[in-house]
Amino acid sequence: MGEFNVINTRAPRLDAAAKATGRAKYADDLSMPGMLYGAILQSPIAHGKILNIDTSRARRLPGVKAVVTAKEAGLVKYGVSPARYDETLYAYEKVRYVGDEIAAVAAVDLATALEAVQLIKVDYEELPAVFDMFEAMKEGAPQIHDEFPGNLTAEVHQEFGDTDAAMAECDLIVDHTLLSKRQDAAFIEPHCCLAHFDLDGKLTLQTSTQVPHYVMRTVAMVLRIPVGNVRVLKPYVGGGFGPKAEATPLEMSAALLARETGKPVKMNYSREQVFLHSRARHQFYAEMSLGVKKDGTMVALRNKAVLDGGAYTSFGIATVYYSGSLLGGPYKLKAMKYDGLRVYTNKPACGAQRGHGGVIHRAAFEQLLDKTAEKLGLDPLEMRLKNIMATGDVTINELDMSSLGMKECLEAVRDGSEWYKKKGKLPKGKGIGSACGFFVSGAGYPIYRSDTYHATVIVKLSEDGGIVNVLSGAAEIGQGSDTMMAMIAAEALGVPLDCVRVVSGDTDLTVDLGAYSSRQTLMTGHAVKEAAEHARAQVVEVLAEMMKCDPASITFRDGKVFFDGGPGNFEEIRKRYIKEHRGWTDPPGGEYLTFKEAARMAYLAKGTIVGTGKYKPPKLGGSYKGAAVGTSPAYGCSAQVVEVTVDMETGEVTVDAMTDAHDCGRAINRTQVEGQMQGSLSMGLGECLFEEVKFDSRGRILNASLGEYKVPTSLDMPNVNTIIVESNEPKGPFGAKEVGEGAIMPTIPAILNAIYDATGVRITELPVTPERLYMAMKAKKKEK
Amino acid sequence: MKRIIQLTVNGERAEVAVEPNRTLLQVLREDLGLTGTKHGCGLGDCGACTVILDGRPVNSCLVLAVQANGSDVLTIEGLAENGKLHPLQRAFVEKGAIQCGFCSPGMILSAKALLDENPKPTEKEIRMAISGNLCRCTGYQKIVEAIQAVASGEIMQGGDS
Repeated sequence: MGEFNVINTRAPRLDAAAKATGRAKYADDLSMPGMLYGAILQSPIAHGKILNIDTSRARRLPGVKAVVTAKEAGLVKYGVSPARYDETLYAYEKVRYVGDEIAAVAAVDLATALEAVQLIKVDYEELPAVFDMFEAMKEGAPQIHDEFPGNLTAEVHQEFGDTDAAMAECDLIVDHTLLSKRQDAAFIEPHCCLAHFDLDGKLTLQTSTQVPHYVMRTVAMVLRIPVGNVRVLKPYVGGGFGPKAEATPLEMSAALLARETGKPVKMNYSREQVFLHSRARHQFYAEMSLGVKKDGTMVALRNKAVLDGGAYTSFGIATVYYSGSLLGGPYKLKAMKYDGLRVYTNKPACGAQRGHGGVIHRAAFEQLLDKTAEKLGLDPLEMRLKNIMATGDVTINELDMSSLGMKECLEAVRDGSEWYKKKGKLPKGKGIGSACGFFVSGAGYPIYRSDTYHATVIVKLSEDGGIVNVLSGAAEIGQGSDTMMAMIAAEALGVPLDCVRVVSGDTDLTVDLGAYSSRQTLMTGHAVKEAAEHARAQVVEVLAEMMKCDPASITFRDGKVFFDGGPGNFEEIRKRYIKEHRGWTDPPGGEYLTFKEAARMAYLAKGTIVGTGKYKPPKLGGSYKGAAVGTSPAYGCSAQVVEVTVDMETGEVTVDAMTDAHDCGRAINRTQVEGQMQGSLSMGLGECLFEEVKFDSRGRILNASLGEYKVPTSLDMPNVNTIIVESNEPKGPFGAKEVGEGAIMPTIPAILNAIYDATGVRITELPVTPERLYMAMKAKKKEK
Repeated sequence: MKRIIQLTVNGERAEVAVEPNRTLLQVLREDLGLTGTKHGCGLGDCGACTVILDGRPVNSCLVLAVQANGSDVLTIEGLAENGKLHPLQRAFVEKGAIQCGFCSPGMILSAKALLDENPKPTEKEIRMAISGNLCRCTGYQKIVEAIQAVASGEIMQGGDS
């Protein structure tokens, strides 16, 4: 028998059968009697003063039950970070992008609501708009928010060590730049929600969100509802990847319209509105210099970032910090300087997306590393290994790598891809590339300043003792957190997984900050483990008293009770259980006392057995400004090798093979860890080769559909050689840490480095469309 | 003007009064309450609304309900028989082919249509058959493995899950 009975296996997801049969309910599958439908009026222009809003015709349309504007909604400012609340639910003086919300309507059906929206007449005075981040920073550019002159929403200046002095010591300094494009998360389920008020003024909001807790707080704040009167319930969610990690105008509008009408109100974003709401990956410009010694030792890094944030801040402050802080590792550096700017433009706001803020700067850095290795005549993978950090290392910006299997990952992909047989030996048009990366296992601090617990969990045993109920506010969005919670609870209690039921995604149950920054396995997992152990201790206490034995002699495994490793003399307990349960269909049996009997005895002695658990990260990281972004209890890391074929005539790139190794600490569920790795690589491949949200000259999105915004299909993704590397993270539950975001970090640069190997062209602009690569190859030929 | 249409949905006869612009997807989800068929884009781009219409996989958001008059429709709700999951459903569960699950009903039905036509497909044929069903979570690998497990007989009819 191994160390564990439940965790570290390939148990199927708890929700898989419900999802495979169509029984799983997502927000759009819900309805209520008397439900109205809502629709939102969005600005058709990118920048303008609102002179007048006339809702009279809309209000007169038969079937319309309410029309709301800033007048009804009020002007409470909100956003993600309290340091930059720069949004109101509806625009009131100005609109700042095509799609800015102006009004909302509730009507008896969707067609009527959409018709009413068209009847709202808004008079604008159009203002000059700016769509390019570099233009927006120039003197005389249109100003988007009066409070933020120069269109600067956030700036970061950090230095660790003396970069100038360290650079002066170097034998070689190499530069690189990379420009990416705005991305969309392209989850398959568009946002949807259903809001209703009960007669006591309590709001229940069912919504497709990653963060029920933050939605509860934001809706309460903006609509002036006591926070205790807001319950956010998350049904099954069809993917999030970041953009569903903040409260939306959809949710607030549905709640407001439900209050105005006294009826349930359902609202959906169309696919086009998903693109307009955005809150996905920023456009990044990265500019950096790496200083090294002749032998390949890395010494110093200068890093600059410019981010196109769109019209509002959203997660942007954290985003621009991450572009710097996540280059502190996984290579040792003596000095690092970072200057980051996030700029407002008249486009939809960008926010967080998988690998938040780190992905493009990681891509630029790993390209720069390859470039440097080439100049030094070193194998780039060897140069990575030479500088790699290990467990116990602390980065120059004070990130504590309390476990780090980075070297093991890199060696695993080197061997798994037969790197030495291929690097430098492939024919023209074929290439191989490698890269590394790491990511946080949850943010060290909540988004708002607070001493709040990041997760609390209740474990409640059933009256008959046979069922373990895990109650949590955590957000299952497809990543598998319900199954993770069940597996941790089962392991900690010593019961089979099929005894555990999970109820989650409900703010009335417990506090949980939700599914973002890859936090739930470590943080919620901790709280589950503590709650399960608390429940277990109560059962053990009662049992020890009944059996007159030492509590320490009792163990639970696979639903059986062991006394000093043996069955013990439990006949009296079994008799009592069976006597009480005449007529029940599932009497306990077997040569060991069962956990079910033990838990029943505990119930008879103490009432319902409830275990509680909580988690708050320990004090982490540095005391410098911005230290809160990037600090985490633990870091997951990943190394990848990618092989490509480039059509030298057309510039088309085909990814032939991917080898990925990820250190997730102890894998709670091996199948799900692989699923996160493969999904991350797929998203990275799309971002590298296809994905770009395009705008016309007036700020309107040109490709707001899944037909024209191209995400990878089954024909674009190769099978991934998926290698799980397990470390034992001391700060993680059963040694576990993140996998969902660290795994995307190396993907883009590994592809870019492979393209270089195949073509000799160093990419400086994404995505690598055939046209872009063809032109770059042509320019390269001319140079010669 | 509403018109009465007749469908056979998952083996049962259904009569629905529909406006001419109502889609099969709306009829299934809203009139018949079969919400297992998902609405992801409404434009035929994502494949989440895939159902099997007279033996062929279609994007039900692109089929007008009146066009489907007299047809036989299989949705995800009709796949399990006598309370037993269809082998494809079991394979998706056991192989980890489901994450958020929003693409799964359509994906499973595209796979079924493939295997009905071609019981021993190559990996390339599998990837081609599901290329109209977008999945943003899995990278497709475990989905392909699940379909292969059914095609190879590793997962067969009549299991216990």
